[in-house]
Amino acid sequence: MGDFSEFSLKTRLFLKAYRWRRIDPVPWTPLLKPLASCRVALVSSAGFVLPGQEPFDEMKRGGDSSFREIPSAVEPGTLVDAHRSESFDHSAMLRDPNLAFPIDRLRELRDSGRIGHVNHRHFSFMGSLTATGRLVAETAPAAAKLLAQDGVDVALLVPV
Amino acid sequence: MCNQTVCLVAAELERQGIATVAIQLLREIALHARPPRALVVPFRHGHPLGEPDRPEGQRAVLEAALRMLEDRALRPPALLDYSA
Repeated sequence: MGDFSEFSLKTRLFLKAYRWRRIDPVPWTPLLKPLASCRVALVSSAGFVLPGQEPFDEMKRGGDSSFREIPSAVEPGTLVDAHRSESFDHSAMLRDPNLAFPIDRLRELRDSGRIGHVNHRHFSFMGSLTATGRLVAETAPAAAKLLAQDGVDVALLVPV
Repeated sequence: MCNQTVCLVAAELERQGIATVAIQLLREIALHARPPRALVVPFRHGHPLGEPDRPEGQRAVLEAALRMLEDRALRPPALLDYSA
């Protein structure tokens, strides 16, 4: 698995001192119907944007907690990496964006009947957020509300 | 930080009635953050679904995530270690 030893000493020291959030209470939505009839969406924190979409603001203190809508019909090779972190190797997800935004895999799951539908849109966050207040209070609830309005049953979340 | 970010978004999705699985690259962070369902994968940062251009490996991780959703015995916070 990933390990803190992958990071630079400076990053390790920061992460050691950082006050990580704890979800309490833990919400829980059981799956109430077969996956074969579920609508599924992706949420990736790989910081992907579409060509022409506003990139995530690298200069924002604490990180840019906004999100971008990625349509289901996207050709993954067109996605642009706008993730600010230098703490991981970006080359693999640049070579194959499905590694962090597995839209082709989701289509295959739909085509095989394992899931019912691929939602018409998905969301991309830039996961390098040290200040998470706005994410928790505003942007994550906004994204969740939009997917709930779409009738999404299941969301798969992929960090990098 | 990416791991924490998807945990926090997962919690909001579940509050809106959407079942989630959050893939996680750092077990320690998943244990602390407590997303509703965490699938801890044995891959490096930048490789959440394994290796690039290996669709079968990527499919296997997603299938493990889907099985977590179907497992009625799981209770929150649920954490599973993925093994290929």
